[in-house]
Amino acid sequence: MGSFLEIFDIYLLEAVVNGILLGGLLALLALGLNLIFGVIDVTWICYAELVMIGMYGMYFMVQSFGLSYWLAAPLAILLVAILGAALHFLVIEPLLSGPPINQLLATGGVLFVLQSFATVMFGIDFRNLGIRLPVLTFAEMHFSYSRLLAFGAALVGMVVVYLFMTRTYTGTAIRAIAQDREIMALMGVDTKRIYLVTSALGGALAGLAACLLVLQYDVHPFVGLSFGPITFLICVLGGLGNFVGGFVAAFVFAEIISLGGLFSDLEWGYVLAFAFFILMMFIRPAGLLARRS
Amino acid sequence: MSLNPRIAWPIALVALVALPFVHRDTYHLHIVILILIWSFAYTSWSMMGRFGLVSLGHGGFMGVGAYVTALLWNHAGLTPWLGIPIALACAGALALIVAYPCFRFRITGHYFALVTLALSGIVLQVITATRDWTGGSLGMTPDRTKGSHLWALQFDDKVVWYLIALGVWLVGLAIWHQVDRGMSRYALEAISEDEDAAAAAGVNVTAQKLRITVISALMTAFAGALYCQYQMFISPDTVSGISVSLQMVFAVVVGGIYVSLGPTVGAVITLLLAEFLRIFFGTKAVGWDNLVYGLLLVLFIIFLPKGILGSLLERRGAAKPGAAVRKPA
Repeated sequence: MGSFLEIFDIYLLEAVVNGILLGGLLALLALGLNLIFGVIDVTWICYAELVMIGMYGMYFMVQSFGLSYWLAAPLAILLVAILGAALHFLVIEPLLSGPPINQLLATGGVLFVLQSFATVMFGIDFRNLGIRLPVLTFAEMHFSYSRLLAFGAALVGMVVVYLFMTRTYTGTAIRAIAQDREIMALMGVDTKRIYLVTSALGGALAGLAACLLVLQYDVHPFVGLSFGPITFLICVLGGLGNFVGGFVAAFVFAEIISLGGLFSDLEWGYVLAFAFFILMMFIRPAGLLARRS
Repeated sequence: MSLNPRIAWPIALVALVALPFVHRDTYHLHIVILILIWSFAYTSWSMMGRFGLVSLGHGGFMGVGAYVTALLWNHAGLTPWLGIPIALACAGALALIVAYPCFRFRITGHYFALVTLALSGIVLQVITATRDWTGGSLGMTPDRTKGSHLWALQFDDKVVWYLIALGVWLVGLAIWHQVDRGMSRYALEAISEDEDAAAAAGVNVTAQKLRITVISALMTAFAGALYCQYQMFISPDTVSGISVSLQMVFAVVVGGIYVSLGPTVGAVITLLLAEFLRIFFGTKAVGWDNLVYGLLLVLFIIFLPKGILGSLLERRGAAKPGAAVRKPA
């Protein structure tokens, strides 16, 4: 009995640590979405599909063109950043003056386009990068290097964004616009340019997430659906546009999914997370860390 | 509208009821039945959507309606006559559980759309996770009846299904008009303009929104159950999940969100487009229909946000401001 409990605890600890590692990745996804929402006041329903395109980009660059992972990653990030900027320029920009819900629905249309574009172009096969990173064994617990790498890179990505937002003129302008849209235009800030930069930045974060996800998961046209909904839940739970809230919520959700997956299937972890989300809405409707106003 | 509804409606109705007896082509009937069932589903979405309550969770409600009915029939031997009400109750309960905190705590616009989006994602996950009963992503087929067809709600004759679907579609339109004529329409329009002002004017915001949401969810679940009984095959992708929710949004936006027949026009366009692509491109068409849908959705929202029918009616209305101009049907 005693030995059984010991093993059980090791599994539990492993799940907790894996939850933290997953949390880093989810926090990265949530950060990109929050950035777009906070600054432009638009929700990209197709955010996870941008990640999917990035994953395909990585797959083809590594598998078909034989680029090394480290060379392909910046290109993939650039690709998705351009996609993000294009999305803003082509779809969001003409709708900025319309009712906000139209922008959301239009990005829903883009979700359809990206998903079926991938289906038409690449087929519905599951593809993986073929890079198998070793598994790290530490105190009888097993962690895959890819998860550690993802966690580390996600943290670095977030720190870079933080520095960009606080130390550069453009970053300051982005934060200022998030606070007051109308005034900043009068202050001589080119809002159009800032929106475009923000969209590209949001796209770049999706691209970074794609580079990290492609190490752990197979890519197929509907892969976005497996982490898209959870990202939206995280953003709403943290308070849309609230960076710190999204960060905390990502780790809370990741733990729930990881621990739920320990006792049952991974899908039930998601269901548990959703139930928790509904419960939290009763308790803290304005988000986990509601802004004091 | 320049058409006199008193003349136009009965004529259209007689023509629709007579259709299967005049033209018995099985394939054409099949398409029309699908159009009617989906029109009903799209109409139920538009009942919320027209008041700015953009739900992306209707794929979830539809999945609950279809799967609960089929599961009760296959595993408990319960007739759809009882299974469908139970499925509706489940969908209604789900709608209440999700919508109540949303409305009570003023979660609107983006937030509401995202929460409901997650809902349809989660229903999809549950269907996939319980693959021992639901068959997972491979889908499931309700068992063919060995006894009475009426008891099992399974009919081989397409004409029967046509008349059922026609009846359901008409009831859907009737509910739409009932809401359109009632006081709650004004209440909900006020709410969609400004919740605080509506509340100050004495509108019970939470109750009004909950009511329309539950009605809409029940109708959508019913459409799901009907689709399951007619098609005799359901899979998570065809009756639940985000893509079904977006498909509803797309059809309604294309047809016209503010007019009663808008969703129907949307269903006609989307289903005919899908069939057209399927016939002309064959199996190569996999994915193409959604690609075209997606592009059209974006273009419509940018250039024609009132939809095809909505814009047409508006143009006619603008040309004849005197309104009640009569014209034979």
